Amino acid sequence: MSDASSPVPFHSATEEAPVARWLLIGLAFAGLSILVFAPLIAVFVEALADGVAASLKSLASPDAGHAIRLTLTIAAISVPLNAVFGIAAAWFITKFDFRGKAFLITLIDLPFSVSPVVAGLCIVLMFGANSLVGGWLVGHGYPIVFAMPGIILATMFVTFPFVARELIPVMIEQGRAEEEAALTLGASGWRTFWTVTLPNIRWALLYGVLLCNARAMGEFGAVSVVSGKIRGHTATMPTTIEMLYQEYLSVAAFSVAAVLALLALLTLLLKTALEIRHADQLAATHRH
Amino acid sequence: MGRPLIHRSPMPGLGLSMGITLTMISLVVLLPIGALLLKGASYGPAGIWETVNRERVWAALFLSFRLSFLAATFNLVFGVMLAWVLVRYRFPGRRILDAAVDLPFALPTAVAGISLTALYAPNGVLGALASGIGWKIAYTQWGIFVALIFVGLPFVARTVQPVIEEIEREVEEASATLGASRLHTVRHVILPMLAPAALTGFALALARAVGEYGSVIFIAGNIPLKTEIAPLLIIIQLEEFNYDAAAAIGIAMLLISFAMLLAINLIQVWSRRRIGYV
Repeated sequence: MSDASSPVPFHSATEEAPVARWLLIGLAFAGLSILVFAPLIAVFVEALADGVAASLKSLASPDAGHAIRLTLTIAAISVPLNAVFGIAAAWFITKFDFRGKAFLITLIDLPFSVSPVVAGLCIVLMFGANSLVGGWLVGHGYPIVFAMPGIILATMFVTFPFVARELIPVMIEQGRAEEEAALTLGASGWRTFWTVTLPNIRWALLYGVLLCNARAMGEFGAVSVVSGKIRGHTATMPTTIEMLYQEYLSVAAFSVAAVLALLALLTLLLKTALEIRHADQLAATHRH
Repeated sequence: MGRPLIHRSPMPGLGLSMGITLTMISLVVLLPIGALLLKGASYGPAGIWETVNRERVWAALFLSFRLSFLAATFNLVFGVMLAWVLVRYRFPGRRILDAAVDLPFALPTAVAGISLTALYAPNGVLGALASGIGWKIAYTQWGIFVALIFVGLPFVARTVQPVIEEIEREVEEASATLGASRLHTVRHVILPMLAPAALTGFALALARAVGEYGSVIFIAGNIPLKTEIAPLLIIIQLEEFNYDAAAAIGIAMLLISFAMLLAINLIQVWSRRRIGYV
């Protein structure tokens, strides 16, 4: 064969050889298959081990029903509270100049580096029946620990940074000019917020709320410590999974787990859709 | 003291936003952490040391830290590779792979815990394969290692991905034009640019793994001195209403967290000085 009919295998000097490229792609697929896809599939396989009817029946039990309602209630209270905090913190940090700003941002991020178990422990020590504050509250008929308020506090602790850290970079990038223009034109502070700021940050806000919600519904460590895991009373979906699993009720445990896994998948789907459609308005996909 | 504490600004809502921010962060985060530190102070450094300085506590702290370090190291290498594949290559299934990287963030830890256990237990699909070659994963330190890789998986990939997107192709072209092989360019031009972001991701994965509880306790077996992690020890003390001991171990873990948070900030300062962005 002549040189002209068999070109030398060519690849650009700024790309890896095709062999290396396919090897890396293969490794990525293999790694994620073993580490991520396999556990995800296993949840549904185990949940349906005795058929769909058995799985649905275990979800219809009073304890499972109570756990699902409790988890939804916890998320419905703690996520909006954290959203309000995130918006207020982002407004305070990005619209004003003050000393100690970097320190405040570090404090907001702090819950991400504290173990959920330690977070729960902190809340027990602050509000438990043998603490000063907790003892007083219990004495007046408002128990925090081993009750709903404690679970909400623990959930808020572990999800505290989600909304704020999504909004702060976006609002820094957008600057203050638009709000200043609205104020100059005579709009009130609230009107400026609702009609200028909020439309600018709505997708970033939704993104933060989505991640916050996923974590709020799935939190296990912190909630285990503060809730006491009382069946039909303070047992959330994740702590119910633990109890069922330890009683060797595999199908029931994995059925509750499958509901949470579906929620995780829905979260990822919405998150990916947001990233594709509104990439320019999100901090996660628009980092500089 | 020339700078005022808060600069005057025409922006509205200073009082309200500052009030909400400081009230909520105090109530939810600072006061509870303060309660732990106060408990520690009342107990005294000697008391904390007495509790922590026991074979079982040291074993748990050392185990948590060692396996977290190993898992974060695995994720450092795998995460950089994953980020590279996802940014630079186009292939069928890339979107699904990209979304799958975030699954460990979205999937509740208890779900991951029982699911990994079902897979890697001796009668599970992957566990049976491993036990065929005499390798026991679930209920040993290998199981903890696998769970910690799972929870730390997204950190390095997600911090490195935006940096790879920012790399100017001209730099690689210059390197190639000057006669460097592709491997040489990757090692001496690209990897140094990724190092700060990769290290940040490594530190985040490490911090997460040291405190991780839900995904580990099911697969760990929880044998004292062998497969008992530090967070579980706190739970055990609490279940025995031994609040002093729980607080002592909690403070030890909190100090480790603070040290790692400091390390992350230092890496970011260093990286900002070196290349201008994180």
